[in-house]
Amino acid sequence: MSANGWTTLVVFLPPALLIFTVFVALPMTEAAWYGFFNWNGYGRPEKFVGLKNYQQLFGNATFLRSLVNNGLIIAVSLLVQLPLALGIAMMVAGRIVGAAWFRMIFFLPYILADVAAGLIWRFMFDGGFGLPSLVTGALGIAPYYLLADKTWAFSAVLIVTLWKYFGFHMMLYVAGLQSIDKSLLEAAEMDGASAFQRFWHITLPLLGPMIRLSIFFSVVGALQLFDVIVPLTGGGPFETTNTMVSFLYYFGITRMRVGFGSAVGVVLFIICVTFAFGYRRIFMRDD
Amino acid sequence: MTLRKSLFVAACIAAFSAPAFADTNVTVLHVSENPAQRGLWEKIAADYNASHKGVNVQMKYLENEAFKAKLPTMLQSDSRPDLFYSWAGGVMQAQDKAGFLKDITADVATVDQTLSPTAVDAFKVDGKVVGVPFEQGEVVFYYNKKLFEKAGVKAEDIKSWDDFLAAVKKLKAAGITPIAVGAGEKWPMHFYYSYLVMRLGGEHALTDAKAGKDGGFKSPAFVDAGKRLRELAALEPFQPGYLQTSHAQSSGIFGDGKAAMDLMGQWLLGMQAPNSASGKGLPEEDIGILSFPVVAGGKGKATDTLGGINGWLVSKSAPPEAVDFLKFFSQEKYAKEAAASAAYIPVVKGADASFTNPLFKRLASDLAATTYHQNFFDQDLGPSVGRVINDVSVAVAAGEMTPEAAAAAIQEAADQQ
Repeated sequence: MSANGWTTLVVFLPPALLIFTVFVALPMTEAAWYGFFNWNGYGRPEKFVGLKNYQQLFGNATFLRSLVNNGLIIAVSLLVQLPLALGIAMMVAGRIVGAAWFRMIFFLPYILADVAAGLIWRFMFDGGFGLPSLVTGALGIAPYYLLADKTWAFSAVLIVTLWKYFGFHMMLYVAGLQSIDKSLLEAAEMDGASAFQRFWHITLPLLGPMIRLSIFFSVVGALQLFDVIVPLTGGGPFETTNTMVSFLYYFGITRMRVGFGSAVGVVLFIICVTFAFGYRRIFMRDD
Repeated sequence: MTLRKSLFVAACIAAFSAPAFADTNVTVLHVSENPAQRGLWEKIAADYNASHKGVNVQMKYLENEAFKAKLPTMLQSDSRPDLFYSWAGGVMQAQDKAGFLKDITADVATVDQTLSPTAVDAFKVDGKVVGVPFEQGEVVFYYNKKLFEKAGVKAEDIKSWDDFLAAVKKLKAAGITPIAVGAGEKWPMHFYYSYLVMRLGGEHALTDAKAGKDGGFKSPAFVDAGKRLRELAALEPFQPGYLQTSHAQSSGIFGDGKAAMDLMGQWLLGMQAPNSASGKGLPEEDIGILSFPVVAGGKGKATDTLGGINGWLVSKSAPPEAVDFLKFFSQEKYAKEAAASAAYIPVVKGADASFTNPLFKRLASDLAATTYHQNFFDQDLGPSVGRVINDVSVAVAAGEMTPEAAAAAIQEAADQQ
């Protein structure tokens, strides 16, 4: 390395390294350390319990349920949200009248604060005066309270997540679509390729990097979903709508079981890191 | 240097070199959203500052959940408050065990004699006084007089649990939702479970369970309380969708006259109007108070009361002025003002005479005549076991969990402590 290179290193590395250590490495190491203690957050952790927190965690039906719920969010994001976002992106990416307006309208839910979205939908799902009441009222049957139904309440979370984040992915796709060279599509059209063939053989492959990026955001976002849950369902009814992070909050922080909560954090961290590195190495190597 | 940069630097210098105060600062951190209560406290602080040169008492507010989440960190930092709000119970004990609280036994000995003994006892840890209470509450059934009349239910005839169940049936038969409950937040349902434990097991039920006597939380009092709660819930007395209803919503349902009863603390009286659809709520003369009924064969008395006990804790590093302010705060004249304006139910003896609001007057006289006052179970037991009690209360009521399994779940949480 040249003398100049060393100077750059000495000047620019310490701030970044310091920030990373103080805000990422240290808290993670501390959390991992707390995970071995039965600790309520007051004073220093003293009651060492080894792996007992982890044992409790994997024997906890609510935690296992929240893992399944995270899986469901990922599934719905990948199978419903992304195709939907792509479909709408195709419609609003072109230079047609009002496209910019539609893009903005579809993007609006994403800008809205998660907590506000959760509160709004809590009212929308209310059996007494929300959307279900229009249906049950018209049919003359008893009101239906989706958020109080332990079998279906989680579908409310899925709907809100879908509604809230598809605009973000749509925007990614719009940007991707607009960067595709139009002459490729025109050439294919002249050669007699059908609309589907053009989409399948030209648009989709060229959109590849954007799709891989959007899947990445989608999965990481799904693993960390929290803000919508709290105002919408609070994890209820009967703890059927928790995600890992809301589980951490309700069973670690509000119950002052900081050691146990840290163990949840460590598990979440391992899942996220494994996914992030694995995915980037396998799918995003060339992007 | 550009103008903007030099302004920025100037701002930084100003921010980091705040003028040295000659005054002693006393910060008081609270969670109250009640305007009458806050107004009175601000006034007390202002009075103190005016009469004590060189001392500056400041009331600071943090939202309830934020307060609970931040306090452990704050107490370990240099920005810890000198006096802070407390619900006594498990959290206070944890704070004391970690060495954050000051022993003020000797300082407040004379003050404590002027306060309600149950409230004073709640702020002791192992016989040592760590805080001073200011208010006490009571959980009772508030009922809508007009709806009771419509269904032909007479409140004064409801003495036992069976009378109560009969009244619920009668209300239902008249097409009225008997009870509003915010089970979405869980803790409103734990009032039923707690009161049933108290009525069945008497004043030693909770202390015995904590000590692990008679099977701990698996004792007959807890299991039977679950059975009684399920017995009530099986009548479907709650508003439809009660599992998702928040506490504020349920207060509004009561305020709109859409449910006949609400088992709640005294704050319901301040909440029923603003949360009602009309914004007006029920006029206070249409609201009656019914004590939680006794259960046949139970050891508890009708005059045993359940309710919150709130006070101020003194942090270890607090200056002597903080304790002095607490004494100033606990004067009878301020308690009387609190009572006269129905801001809260003060714990200073004799202040109950100053209540003009008949509903508050009733609560204050119940508390003055109590045979045993119990702090909220979820506060008494601390957040870990407390939240499990809240969870299982809802699960048992909804028939999701058997009373035996619920009792076992509480014991399990207690064992993990």
